[in-house]
Amino acid sequence: MANQAFPRPQLTGQPVSQKTTVEPKTRPLPLMPSSSGEVADRLFGFAMLTCAVAILGLLVLIVYELVGRSQLSWHAFGWKFFAGRDWNPVEEHFGALPFIYGTLVSSLLALIIAVPLAVGVAVFTTEMCPKWLRGPLSFTTELLAAIPSVIYGLWAIFVLVPLLRQYVQPFLARTLGWTGLFEGPPYGIGMLAAGIILAIMIVPIISSITREVLMVVPQHQREGVLALGATRWEMIRIGVLRNARAGILGGVILGLGRALGETMAVTMVIGNRPEIARSLFAPGYTMASVIANEFSEATGDVYLSALIEIGLALFLVTIVVNALARLMVWSVTRGLPARAHV
Amino acid sequence: MSERSSNSVAQSSLLRISLWRRFTDCFATSVAALTVVLVLLPLGAIFAYLVYRGIGSINWAFLTQTPKPVGEAGGGMANAIGGSVLILGIASLLGVPFGIGAGIYLAEYGRNRFGDIIRFTSDVLNGVPSIVIGIVAYSVVVLRQKHFSAVAGGFALAIMMVPTITRTTEEMLLLVPQSIREAAYGLGVPRWRTTLSITLRTATSGVITGVMLAFARVAGETAPLLFTAFGNQYWNLNVNQSTAALPLQIFTYAISPFDEWHRQAWAGALVLIVLIVGAVAAVRIAVRRGALAGANN
Repeated sequence: MANQAFPRPQLTGQPVSQKTTVEPKTRPLPLMPSSSGEVADRLFGFAMLTCAVAILGLLVLIVYELVGRSQLSWHAFGWKFFAGRDWNPVEEHFGALPFIYGTLVSSLLALIIAVPLAVGVAVFTTEMCPKWLRGPLSFTTELLAAIPSVIYGLWAIFVLVPLLRQYVQPFLARTLGWTGLFEGPPYGIGMLAAGIILAIMIVPIISSITREVLMVVPQHQREGVLALGATRWEMIRIGVLRNARAGILGGVILGLGRALGETMAVTMVIGNRPEIARSLFAPGYTMASVIANEFSEATGDVYLSALIEIGLALFLVTIVVNALARLMVWSVTRGLPARAHV
Repeated sequence: MSERSSNSVAQSSLLRISLWRRFTDCFATSVAALTVVLVLLPLGAIFAYLVYRGIGSINWAFLTQTPKPVGEAGGGMANAIGGSVLILGIASLLGVPFGIGAGIYLAEYGRNRFGDIIRFTSDVLNGVPSIVIGIVAYSVVVLRQKHFSAVAGGFALAIMMVPTITRTTEEMLLLVPQSIREAAYGLGVPRWRTTLSITLRTATSGVITGVMLAFARVAGETAPLLFTAFGNQYWNLNVNQSTAALPLQIFTYAISPFDEWHRQAWAGALVLIVLIVGAVAAVRIAVRRGALAGANN
């Protein structure tokens, strides 16, 4: 196409890549593949645009379907749906509070366990360990992310839960029973098991984002702190972590988003009982797992609609959480790193 | 560098403080090392246990037979393995072209506000819980068809593949130097041809890696299949029928009370992990060897 411009010197000053669309009306030169190339270009551009718009369309479709199909439940219960504690499919009375509670508590528990571990791993791999160990270590942590959720669940049922029941829960009840968080019969299955398996699952995402963020902290920041006589740990604390905290927080929130929506592993170990209990030993239920368990057996339109409304709520929460996390990570990795320590 | 600095401080007169500081430094390092051990422990435990429980149960019957009724020993997951391949095939057929197309758009045409919107949408879509995607596939496909089907399952998984493929394709295409595109334009190659035969081809290995990442991510997905593909105890290769899938079968067997089914769940899990890791590794090796056309950049 660029050859078309060749006999017309006044156009040669323009960048090459723009010339393809410069002159639609000139007669094609004998050597050129006629205007069919231009039609093909248009068609190709349009096809690619369609693909891109399809992504937008998918999101619209998700919102449309979720909102549309949850109307029945919305009209029946309104805001009280999210405050009601009663989940009774027989009398068609639905309240989602036990599920919201279960989702929040299991995710927060997972964060409490996972964040120190993930940040520790990230700091160790980027700042402390010898160079040859770096690649293998980050690869193995990423491997944790490749294990399917259902396999985590399987492992949790047959290894983690018996372990909790026999050793960990009796120990916790003896030492920390007075807090009220660790009392009741040690079933193994319950909120604690769900929190632990979730923690194992979200460590890779938090640590990989933290590592990414730590790596964009400028090298002279580290050198400067070291030059003032700091030890390595002081250098990491003052020169690295303080600069990267917005990004690390973003990674943590991204992990939270993952934990909120996680379904299979949690469904397999949380016990699936719609109750609100203070003790972490007690069984619970999450928003995602109630959908997984009851959706295909939901008889009655209101029942189905109530489940879809839970799905809509879960969708909205994860979108807000994810958008927030992306913005925070971007503020560190894309913006000026120096800005973060103000 | 850090050792040197702490050593020099140690030799100075500030010994009392520096002892404390050196202790803190050592302590922090050991804590960090400990976290690594704590994180790798479950990973090792899961793989070891998977192999330990799974390997004894994998035999020819497991790979070639359909499930036996409860109480009878033997039987296998052949239908689930076949069903998974079918569903993943449908998902790739639907998802890969759209993902790559959108990636091309973002890299070649989308350096503007609209492109940013698409980019953000795709990130958001990536974060949507898989169970929610299942609901959408249910209401779009299953409710219209009036029955569960492999297509519905494939549709759900395709939605999950698109964002990953889009973003990696874009990233890989942006790595291709601008001068290569300009050289092609200079030779009179139209833009669409340049994109397909020059840019995309140069980035093939990266794009394929992205596709495989997306594939590996959805291959183990269970939640979106629960009420779309639904599962099936028999062989089924009809895309309009409910179909078994490996993750679904593992889930059903894992929460059942039967020891024989637990055994099979472990075997299924081992097969699933081997399939996922194997698929990714095979493509990585093929790409590295340049066995795929255009991969030699």
